[in-house]
Amino acid sequence: MTIPASWFLVLAALLFGVGAFGVLTRRSALIMFMCIELMLNAVNLTFVTFARTLSDIGGQTTVFFIMVVAAAEVTVGLGIVVAVFRRRESTSVDDLSELQG
Amino acid sequence: MFATAYAIPDVLVFAAAALCILGGALGVIAMKNPVHSALSLILCLLGVAVAFLEQNADFLAAVEVIVYAGAIVVLFLFVIMFLGVDTSKHPHVEPLVGQRWLAALGVVVTVAGVITLMVNSHWVSGVMSTSTGGTALATGADNVTQLGDSVFTTYLLAFEATAGLLIIAVVGAVLLARRERTADVDEIEVTDIEIEVGEDEGQWWIINQESSEEVES
Repeated sequence: MTIPASWFLVLAALLFGVGAFGVLTRRSALIMFMCIELMLNAVNLTFVTFARTLSDIGGQTTVFFIMVVAAAEVTVGLGIVVAVFRRRESTSVDDLSELQG
Repeated sequence: MFATAYAIPDVLVFAAAALCILGGALGVIAMKNPVHSALSLILCLLGVAVAFLEQNADFLAAVEVIVYAGAIVVLFLFVIMFLGVDTSKHPHVEPLVGQRWLAALGVVVTVAGVITLMVNSHWVSGVMSTSTGGTALATGADNVTQLGDSVFTTYLLAFEATAGLLIIAVVGAVLLARRERTADVDEIEVTDIEIEVGEDEGQWWIINQESSEEVES
């Protein structure tokens, strides 16, 4: 008998939690991007699990599109990080506080 | 206990994948050095690929390794190397008091809530989709066929839209990473160099006067 879906769903929930904790606590913009990737992968795992459980290929197709969007997001996001670093000599998000009141 | 209910190889593969995923994820947020975080991210993504393989998503497992662990993490490492390894200057100072504990509390409550919801409710109906005729998803080459059919028929519009998205992302990245023209003038530094004939004839040495560093030309 194959592994039940609930195991994978719990694993994905834990992975999402770890990623969310990283985004909330780490200061470096690069690490925050990596944690966003962790959360995206948790969602991907959930989609694939439901695709298997419901025998619907649509879940896997959605993961395919999520990967494309993640690649585009990382490209633009790292471009922004590089642009910010050129101006501020730092990738810490705490240094970007001009918009406070 | 569950060894009787589930095949032992399946359980072992799941345990290994779960260990890689959670260990890698914890490594990403725990490591001080960004390079180590990126390497932990690779471990986590490989674990996710194994979990995909275990669930009849062969093509996505391959794409996970190639695109994520290959391209995206290499992009991360490239930027880390480009900017220089930035070990944060004040790692122990918390700008917001109690941020770490509040974040931990919020995450624990959310994850526990999701899991409780999953255990106590029956929103997983278990009804098979009609798109594959009620049979299980195919593996191997048939999985690619199924996925390709889906992408190029049902989701064709979304597929075309991703093409536009990728073009926009590439143009945006080039625009962001490009140096402005005014910045170029500051970059050019005129250094005095002196060319003199070395000890043995026919060999030239360029001596940079500022750093007095000898470069053989």
